[in-house]
Amino acid sequence: MAKRKEFAITAEADMTPMIDMTFQLIAFFMVLLNFGEGEQDARIKLPSSELAKPPDAPLDSPLVLQLTEGGKVLFNGDEKSIPDMAAPLRIEKEMLERRKKNIGDATVIIRADGTAKTGIVQELIKKCQEIGFEKFALRVKQEARGP
Amino acid sequence: MKIRKSAATGSDKVEMQMTPMIDIVFQLLTFFLMSFKIATQEGDFNIKMPIAAAASSSSEPPLPPIKVRLQADAQGNLASIKLGDNAATTNFNVLHQQIMKIVGTDTGPNSLASQAEVELDCDYNLRYANAVAAITAISGYVDPATGTIVKLIEKLKFAPPKAAQ
Repeated sequence: MAKRKEFAITAEADMTPMIDMTFQLIAFFMVLLNFGEGEQDARIKLPSSELAKPPDAPLDSPLVLQLTEGGKVLFNGDEKSIPDMAAPLRIEKEMLERRKKNIGDATVIIRADGTAKTGIVQELIKKCQEIGFEKFALRVKQEARGP
Repeated sequence: MKIRKSAATGSDKVEMQMTPMIDIVFQLLTFFLMSFKIATQEGDFNIKMPIAAAASSSSEPPLPPIKVRLQADAQGNLASIKLGDNAATTNFNVLHQQIMKIVGTDTGPNSLASQAEVELDCDYNLRYANAVAAITAISGYVDPATGTIVKLIEKLKFAPPKAAQ
């Protein structure tokens, strides 16, 4: 009996389209990755405004203070009451002076919860004013504009 | 060294090891996919508020500030909005119309809108979102025809904080 010859069949998949697509996906997610989210805190629900527009230029010496619904200030990972903010704000002032920056040019970004009391936001502004800060930015989130 | 050649073609066939590369690529893809978060855009309302002593030493402002009084009920909800001597309202659109009536449509560099200043006098308990809504009504609007932001009064300040209730 004649013996049939054996052939090894190798199926090679074309990997090129898959690799193309995968690299495109990686590039897409890499570009959209926002490292600036570090200053955002899930506890703060910002009020929204249709006029909210990201600043054209980065703010000079920004200092981010987050105010919770309960009136506590989140700063440098600590939760403090407004009277206790004097010490860390003074440290910030000293650091600005060491960097030869004018405290009047520094901007205090206030990310306050929409349900916080306005009086508490004003108290926080007043506390910053007492230290010497003059410029404030009230941060709000962009509201979806209707048609 | 003896190089093995394919008997049929006589050429070398180098097979690239794709598995480690695909492993890494998929790990990267998973990392970016999991750290992806759709964040809403944020913006700022800029307020320049030096302390009262410093402000008084500077030159006299050309216009007295337009006062906007925001009152709250016991729960912190908006009770009334009062612009100067106008009738009280609870609608921010009315406040916006009143501001438009004062400053007009001219928003150029020497216009009234660019020189006027608004002082917000809010109740202590008022929810901050209401203060932001008032600031939005005062500082501009989105032109429905073009979709661009038209600025009105950008100089804002808060009246001294009221005592806690």
